[in-house]
Amino acid sequence: MVRTDTQESGTLTDHATEDVSRNPGTPLELDWVRRVRVNRSAVERRAGTLGTRRSVKKDHQAAWLLKAITCMDLTTLAGDDTPGRVRRLCAKARQPVRRDLLEALGVAHLDLTVGAVCVYHTMVETAVDALLGSGIPVAAVSTGFPAGLSPLQQRVAEIRASVAAGAAEIDIVITRAHVLTDQWEQLYEEVRTFREACGEAHLKTILATGELGTLRNVYRASLVCMMAGADFIKTSTGKESVNATLPVGLTMARAIREYGERTGHQVGLKPAGGIRTAKDALLWLILMKEELGNAWLEPNLFRYGASSLLGDIERQLEHHVTGRYSAAYRHPLA
Amino acid sequence: MNQKIAEIFETMEYGSAPESTERVVEWLEAHGGTFGHFIGGAWFEGSSEPPQLFETHNPSTGETIAKLTQGSDADVGRAVQAARDALPGWRALDGHARARYLYALGRGIQKRGRLFAVLESMDNGKPIRESRDLDIPLVARHFYHHAGWAQLMEEELPGYGPVGVVGQIIPWNFPLLMLSWKIAPALAMGNTLVLKPAEFTSLTALLFTELCQDVGLPPGVVNVVTGDGDTGAALVAHPGVDKIAFTGSTDVGRIIRGATAGTGKKLTLELGGKSPFLVYDDADLDSVVEGVVDAIWFNQGQVCCAGSRLLVQESVAEVLERKLRARMETLRMGDPLDKGIDMGAIVAPVQLDRISSLVEQGKEEGARIWQPSWSAPREGWFYPPTLCTNVAPSSTIAQVEIFGPVVVMMTFRTPAESVTLANDTRYGLAASLWTESVNLALDIAPKLKAGTVWVNCTNLFDAAAGFGGYRESGYGREGGKEGLWNYTKPLWQSEKGGDRPYGPKHGKDTGVVDPGVGATPAAPGSGRDGMPPIDRTPKLYIGGKQARPDGNYSLLVRGRDGDIVGEVPRGNRKDVRNAVEAAHKGSKAWTPRTAHNRAQILYYLAENLSLRADEFVSRLVQVTGMKTKEAKAEVEASIRRLFSYAAWADKYDGRVHHTPFRNVTLAMPEPIGVMAVICPDEAPLLGFLSLVAPLVAMGNAVVAIPSERWPLLATDLYQVFETSDVPAGVVNIVTGLHSELAPVLAAHDDVGGIWHWGSAEAGAEVERLSTGNMKRTWVSDGRHRDWWGATQGEGEEFLREATQVKNIWVPYGE
Repeated sequence: MVRTDTQESGTLTDHATEDVSRNPGTPLELDWVRRVRVNRSAVERRAGTLGTRRSVKKDHQAAWLLKAITCMDLTTLAGDDTPGRVRRLCAKARQPVRRDLLEALGVAHLDLTVGAVCVYHTMVETAVDALLGSGIPVAAVSTGFPAGLSPLQQRVAEIRASVAAGAAEIDIVITRAHVLTDQWEQLYEEVRTFREACGEAHLKTILATGELGTLRNVYRASLVCMMAGADFIKTSTGKESVNATLPVGLTMARAIREYGERTGHQVGLKPAGGIRTAKDALLWLILMKEELGNAWLEPNLFRYGASSLLGDIERQLEHHVTGRYSAAYRHPLA
Repeated sequence: MNQKIAEIFETMEYGSAPESTERVVEWLEAHGGTFGHFIGGAWFEGSSEPPQLFETHNPSTGETIAKLTQGSDADVGRAVQAARDALPGWRALDGHARARYLYALGRGIQKRGRLFAVLESMDNGKPIRESRDLDIPLVARHFYHHAGWAQLMEEELPGYGPVGVVGQIIPWNFPLLMLSWKIAPALAMGNTLVLKPAEFTSLTALLFTELCQDVGLPPGVVNVVTGDGDTGAALVAHPGVDKIAFTGSTDVGRIIRGATAGTGKKLTLELGGKSPFLVYDDADLDSVVEGVVDAIWFNQGQVCCAGSRLLVQESVAEVLERKLRARMETLRMGDPLDKGIDMGAIVAPVQLDRISSLVEQGKEEGARIWQPSWSAPREGWFYPPTLCTNVAPSSTIAQVEIFGPVVVMMTFRTPAESVTLANDTRYGLAASLWTESVNLALDIAPKLKAGTVWVNCTNLFDAAAGFGGYRESGYGREGGKEGLWNYTKPLWQSEKGGDRPYGPKHGKDTGVVDPGVGATPAAPGSGRDGMPPIDRTPKLYIGGKQARPDGNYSLLVRGRDGDIVGEVPRGNRKDVRNAVEAAHKGSKAWTPRTAHNRAQILYYLAENLSLRADEFVSRLVQVTGMKTKEAKAEVEASIRRLFSYAAWADKYDGRVHHTPFRNVTLAMPEPIGVMAVICPDEAPLLGFLSLVAPLVAMGNAVVAIPSERWPLLATDLYQVFETSDVPAGVVNIVTGLHSELAPVLAAHDDVGGIWHWGSAEAGAEVERLSTGNMKRTWVSDGRHRDWWGATQGEGEEFLREATQVKNIWVPYGE
């Protein structure tokens, strides 16, 4: 996770200060939003051949998987989370891959960590404490995650509380109803309000794409969130029945590209939910490289929300080192 | 251990991921690197002494892969004989047995999928992704699909049998896929065959013959003869071949049409294209960009249906061009066996030269050429993706088929203009259109002159959907039920009497005569009440009006006793020209009419003919000398026939093909446009209506040359047409000598197709002259046809010949 120290007065609100690289947002441009066209079949065809047009093998595969680790928001969002569980996760975040494997791969000197640790608000303090000195940010899911239907004041208060507890990144959920009923102004205002509440903390807007019905809605919601100042747009909470799919990712990546072309601001993408295998991880990296370029292969612009992905990547890395297929128990638990 | 991983971690570049060639090398070595032909179930070295060999190369390195045998006339003869010997057994086989063989071939392809794919990419230069994910799976799919047609042939194509021995010539761009498109339907329908692969890319066909052996296909059913164009020419010329199926350039197709004229060989041609790719302002432009990649950079643009003319609505042209340029930068070109590339090599230096010189010419004519900043590999035969702007329809590169990764971009203002620009080409193979409006898509698709229209997609293929051209892109379809007719013929043609020669049985001394310049004969008919008769000489019927012939000459019509019973105009080439122009106007009004409306008009024709039945009976008796009873039967049959085609007009439906995508593929029979028909003497009224009615029922406009001997039956119909609400120009009739009129129509470049009933020689000339615009021909080959019976005289065979099938692919899903 690379962060810039250069800061300047925020233009969005009086009290916010922000990185120069942050997306400040734009006024809501409804014409732009309404002109959006997404052809689902064509998007699916493109998504379906991303992994067949490119092949990442051998040393490249190992390097790319290591990159994937640095882009990972190591996540626990379960009802039975406890401080002990979260501390264990944070320990894994600091040292995601066995030392001997990293040495064998010739990357021990890179001091790899995951991109962030992602928890509920109540676990933020524990995580911040456990990650002290590591440089690994803590991300908190917020605003009545996962449905996002609690009163607005509570949702805003939740953001402020998490920021106050030390969360550097806030993953908010949008009100799906605003998208489904074409209430773009309301969505814009909601996200702007959240962004203000975040202050310096980076804002990831979860679209819950599995509940938006169409790819066109995904694209439009992506645009509105970016206009409202999202640092990242994120596919899913992981709680919807359909989570991060490549067609959805492709649609969001294209929205990011168009937004970047028109405003000059870079916005990150975070697929979350259902990404469990090293192969999935590579596919997403290929998608980002192809559609957005190498800048989106770094944790400041790309994150996976994942809980079990790391285990599979560790096994693949060991296979790369030993030539033998690995077993889960050979790698320390998260 | 490894500094490299840390480096890659920083650069995040792709590495190479080459597919292994080990097994292919083993296979080549097992053959000693040299191949003969596959004839009669065994390898044959070729009859030349010493063997005439040529080399086949790997386009990405230029290295020789193997040596192949140049097929001589004798080799072709041997292969045709083997196919002929195998034919009786194969055609007699139960459809289910043929289905089992085809199923085994499909399975066999899948089981050897990787070997076929790697060999294909080595020989052709196409990316392994394409041979692995597209070519080979489609090959297997073709055999599976046609296994099903073999199984169902008896029920689904009753009254039809195989054509016989088929000669098949295929191109180098999709070597094994084109093999399967040719072989699967041929075998399913009970034909045996000789296949000549392209000389650049014969290896997968040779590997395929081993599969034929493995599945126990009877010897001689499939024969493969390698060689260049001379070998192909020998196959085309061989008298033992009943049908030629060719895929390749329009120039060669034209030669083949000429060479087979008059031989009675059936012919299907899948030729070149310059397919439009239409982008409307409401399209998903990011998806359009990927569409363009699939349209013109798939297989290095060496695709007959490549979307090579990018027509973009002016308001979005600038944005699309910017997006395209950006996308071109991220295309990867390299070793075809690398699993991480988009584009491989051009098949041969001669093709590379053609592409380069055409782009140079484009540049000279003012085109702006855009190529990505990365450079193509130096070794091997590569050409970078190329976008040409500042191009007009008049530019050479906007007209000729480049057959390479080069797309020209032009703009349009309105949907109507997009159609005009799209159709401004001699070709008509495919088109792709991109819009989010279902109204627009379904409005434009039928207006495009193309055998395949892809809506919001491109270059999708499937065995269940027919593929083939309009215009100079050829004729015939491959795939779907529509493709099966090309490998079958009506059983009656092979039965006793099926080869009875053409010619009427009546009226030996009747017919038209040139009056010469001597004495004018007496006007026919007689006056009443001491008054002289009123001259009733008909004119021509053009554009809904009775028009005087340009030449102002007449022919005398002699009746049953040798008496002069009337005169008809002696039409000439200008009359034909006028009739064709009138037909084009008629076509514009007629084609958009509903099928119900066309049916109503045909019923009305029958009604009015019935009203005047007695008059036509007398005329038939008068001019042909047939008995009144026979004449009554012919008039009655004519009325029935009109009813038949009135009935068919709204029942000859298309199909919705089950292509394996989330998609509807609409196979729509469309009228060809302006059709010429040379009518038989055999039944001067019934024959005329049996040919004109199906054409008109399907929405064509017709220029009809009636029976030469008894044209008065057709001229008497003028008033029937006039009183039956047939719009002007839908039926045009030019009387005269067939030998003068048929060649003009056959050679007319604005006539879509021509049917000819008459002598074999005259039919041959029609076929020979048809090559100017590659018009569809249907000739009687000098054979008699029983116009009275429903088996030969009417039905779907006529409707199929009156239409061409357009497949419209419409993927859906919001």
